Amino acid sequence: MSLRFKAIAENESFARSVVAAFCVPNNPTLEILNDIKTSVSEAVTNCIVHAYDGRKDGEIMIEAEIVHDRLTIRIIDYGKGILDIEKALSDFYTTNEQDERSGLGFTIMKSFMDSLEVESVWGAGTTVTMTKNLDA
Amino acid sequence: MVVKTKIKNNNLCIYLEGELDQSVAEKLRGDLDNYLERINVKNVVFDMEKLSFMDSTGIGLIMGRYKKLKARNIPIYITKPNIQIDKVLRVSGIYKIIPQI
Repeated sequence: MSLRFKAIAENESFARSVVAAFCVPNNPTLEILNDIKTSVSEAVTNCIVHAYDGRKDGEIMIEAEIVHDRLTIRIIDYGKGILDIEKALSDFYTTNEQDERSGLGFTIMKSFMDSLEVESVWGAGTTVTMTKNLDA
Repeated sequence: MVVKTKIKNNNLCIYLEGELDQSVAEKLRGDLDNYLERINVKNVVFDMEKLSFMDSTGIGLIMGRYKKLKARNIPIYITKPNIQIDKVLRVSGIYKIIPQI
């Protein structure tokens, strides 16, 4: 499935609910569903807060597929990109301290999902790819 | 998101209801700070029984209130998070400074 929506915070709840609904037919446990919802929320928040710096005209694309009970989900933005991915992935690192960002978004994605991959093109956008086994 | 408060024996309980993410964080932060500035209590407890979802934006928000209240020597606590929220709180390590009661 693919889903394209405006990069505004009001859409976060919608985005994580759609991804959860997409997984439900595979009968995942509530914990697995929660892990996926939380991780989608973190990735989408990153797009809104960092990729587009709160600009309201950006777009986010979510692509998801399930093959043999394994969810692969890509969260794509067309924003400014991440200059130092290694730093961005480290615990508690944030570029936005005055807004009380915790610096834990990627930490949560890493620990809640089975795999996390981040690809970024400077000035053109970031793609976060995560996988999760639905029948664990 | 709905916020309710109750003061009993000089302890303030803040009941958070609904979903806490980026869409409500800024307003909630402003409202809480306006309220907390005017109030003098012994302890502050965030009651999450009716909070259905929270991500790391909530961690930042709670940490921010913790710092402000710590400067006034008012400890804060968390109570009744659901399983999803408890996992986010555990991964963040926040329980080391804000105990769950």
